[in-house]
Amino acid sequence: MTTLSYARAVSLALAEAMESDDRVFVLGEDVAHGGAYGATVGLLDRFGPSRVRDTPISEAAIVGYSVGASLAGMRPVAEIMHMDFIACAMDQVVNQAAKVRYMSGGKASAPLVIRAGTGGWLSAAAQHSQSLEAWFAHIPGIKVVASGTPADARAVLRAAIDDANPVLVVESLSLYEGQGEVPDEPPVYRLGAADLKRRGDDVTIVTWGALVPRVLEAADALAAEGVHADVVDLLTIRPWDADAVLASVSRTNRAVVAHQAHRHGGFGAEVAATIAEKAFDQLDAPVARVGSLDVPVPFSPPLEEYVLPTAARVADAVRAMG
Amino acid sequence: MPSNPDELLRMYRTMVLIRLAEERLVQLFAAGKMPGFIHSYIGEEATAVGVCGALRPDDYITSTHRGHGHIIAKGGDLGLFFAELYGKATGYCRGKGGSMHVTDMDLGILGANGIVGAGIPIAAGAALACRMQGLDRVAVAFLGDGATDIGVFHEALNMASLWDVPAVFVCENNGYADFMSRASHQRIERVSDRAASYSMPGVTIDGNDVEAVRDAATEAVARARAGGGPTLLECVTYRWRGHYEGDPQPYRTADEVEEWKRRDPLPTAEARLRATGALDDVSRDAIRAAATAAIDQAVAQAEAAPMPSPEDALQDVYAEVDEVGWS
Repeated sequence: MTTLSYARAVSLALAEAMESDDRVFVLGEDVAHGGAYGATVGLLDRFGPSRVRDTPISEAAIVGYSVGASLAGMRPVAEIMHMDFIACAMDQVVNQAAKVRYMSGGKASAPLVIRAGTGGWLSAAAQHSQSLEAWFAHIPGIKVVASGTPADARAVLRAAIDDANPVLVVESLSLYEGQGEVPDEPPVYRLGAADLKRRGDDVTIVTWGALVPRVLEAADALAAEGVHADVVDLLTIRPWDADAVLASVSRTNRAVVAHQAHRHGGFGAEVAATIAEKAFDQLDAPVARVGSLDVPVPFSPPLEEYVLPTAARVADAVRAMG
Repeated sequence: MPSNPDELLRMYRTMVLIRLAEERLVQLFAAGKMPGFIHSYIGEEATAVGVCGALRPDDYITSTHRGHGHIIAKGGDLGLFFAELYGKATGYCRGKGGSMHVTDMDLGILGANGIVGAGIPIAAGAALACRMQGLDRVAVAFLGDGATDIGVFHEALNMASLWDVPAVFVCENNGYADFMSRASHQRIERVSDRAASYSMPGVTIDGNDVEAVRDAATEAVARARAGGGPTLLECVTYRWRGHYEGDPQPYRTADEVEEWKRRDPLPTAEARLRATGALDDVSRDAIRAAATAAIDQAVAQAEAAPMPSPEDALQDVYAEVDEVGWS
C-alpha cells in the first residue's frame, strides 16, 4: 500500500494506462502543465507533448477530436476542467460519442474517456460546482463512473480507459487533496460493479462520488447510536449494480440514496424507483433521498454548506425512518 | 493539372451514378417507399467526386445530413446504401441509422451526421490519430456553408491549425443553410475567408467543375499528407432540390434554380470528355445504362430484404466485450 492523494491516484492511473497502451493519450486545458487541479502532474515529462496535449479553451473540439481519434483507433482521455463546462460539448458527448456505435449498427466504436472534475465545497459558485452525472446516465451508449476515494479513483479510471465504450468519469475536486491508501498492484475493477464500503444490517445507504466519505461519516455517527448501515458505493452509475443494492435492501429493509447532485431529478430517483419496483414488499419505510437542495449552488460558504448535502443530513434521513 | 481522360471518365461515371441514384431516391421517397426524410445531393456531384478523387481508399471522411454523394463517391456499396435508406436489416447500419448516418469503417467513412458541423472535429480528431500513429492518411470533413456558422467549426479549425493535423475541411457552399440564403446567414464574401483566422490556406473554387475540385483537393491533401497542415477548401455549388424532399422553397425563385441548372456539373465534364474523344453518345448511354442497372439491382435487393426484427433495436448500444476480456 502507498498513501496517495486522489489527484495523484488519477495521474497514477493515467500513467499506468499510457505505459501499457500506446494508443492512450490525454488532452485538455492545461493538462500538459499538470492540470488545473493537478491530476496530470508528471505526464508531460514522462510521455511527451504528443501524448499529453494542451488544448485551447474549446470543450466541443476537445470531445469532438476525442470522438474522431477513438474512431480511428486511439484511446483519448479528455479532461473537462469543471463538469459544468461539459455543457459546451454536449453535442459531441450525447449525439456523437454515445450514438455512433448504435447509429452505425455496431460497426463503429468510440472508446474515449472524458474525465470531468466535479466541484462543490470549493466556494466556486453555480457554474463550477455541479454534479451532472444524471444528464449522462440518462443516455444509452455512454457509461458513467464516479469515485470517492483515491484507490477507487485509480481503479475506475483504469477500467474506463480499458473499456471499449465511451465513459464519463466523474471526479470529485473537493476530494482531490484527500489522502488514501492505494494498492501497489494494478487495480482490477469491472465497470458496473458496486462496492460495499461498510457492512451493517439496519439500513442501506446507496451513494457515489463526493458523498462517499460523507456517508461513511454519517454511518459512524449512526453506529454510535446503535444503527448499523450498509454503505453501497455504486462506483458505476451506468450501468449501475441494481443486484448489489437489492441484495443489501433485502437484508436491511430500509434504503437511503445520497448524492451530491440535486435531489430533484437526480440519479437517486432512478435508484429509489428501482428499489420500490423490485423490493417494495421488503421495505419497512419509504425509500429516502438526500441530495443538494433545489437551487443553484451558491458562492458564500454558509450558503453553499446549506445547499449541498452533509453527513448530518444523511444521518437525519436515516433517523427519520424510525 | 492536365486532364487525364481516363480519370475524368471515372469521375464522370461516379457523378452519373450519384445523379441517377439521387433521382431514383427522390422518386421512391415521393412514392412513399422510404421512411423519414431525405436531403438530396443533386447538383453538387462534382464536389464529392472531385474531393474523393484526390483521396486514397484508406483516407477518412466525415459526411453530413446531405451525404449520399459523399458515400457513393468514397466507394460506398449501393446495395447496402439503398437497403439502409429503406430501413432494412441488410442495410449499412442494419436499419438503425438511415440516410443521415451511413457509416462504412472499411472505406474510412466515419459517418454521415444529423448535426450540422458535428463531423468537423471528428474528422480532425481522426486526422490527429493518423499523425500520432505515424500513418500518412488524411481526413476530410465535408461541411456546408451553414456549418461554418456553428461554434465547433471555429474550435476545430483553430485546433487543427495549432496542431497541423492532416485534415482538409471541404465546405460545400451550396448557397443555402436550411432555408436561409447565404447572404441572410453570413456577411463574408467567401467562406474561405474564414481560413485567415486560423492561418491556414483558404481556397475557393468552382464546385461544379470536377477537375478543378479534384486539383484543388489534390493540392490540399498532398500538403496535409506531407505534414503541411490543414486547408479550408470552399467549393461553390448549388442545391437543386429543397432542403429536404417536400420543401416548398418559398425562399428562392425558379429562375435562380434554372440559372444554376445551366451550370450542371455533368454536361461540363461530358463536354470535356467528348472533346478528348473519350466519350461519345454510345459510351454515354452505356454509362447511364450501367448506372441504372446498378441502381435497379440495389433497389430490388433492398425491397426484397427483410425489415429488422423489433428486438434488434436493443442491440449495438454498447460494445459487448472490453479490452480486458470482460463480457
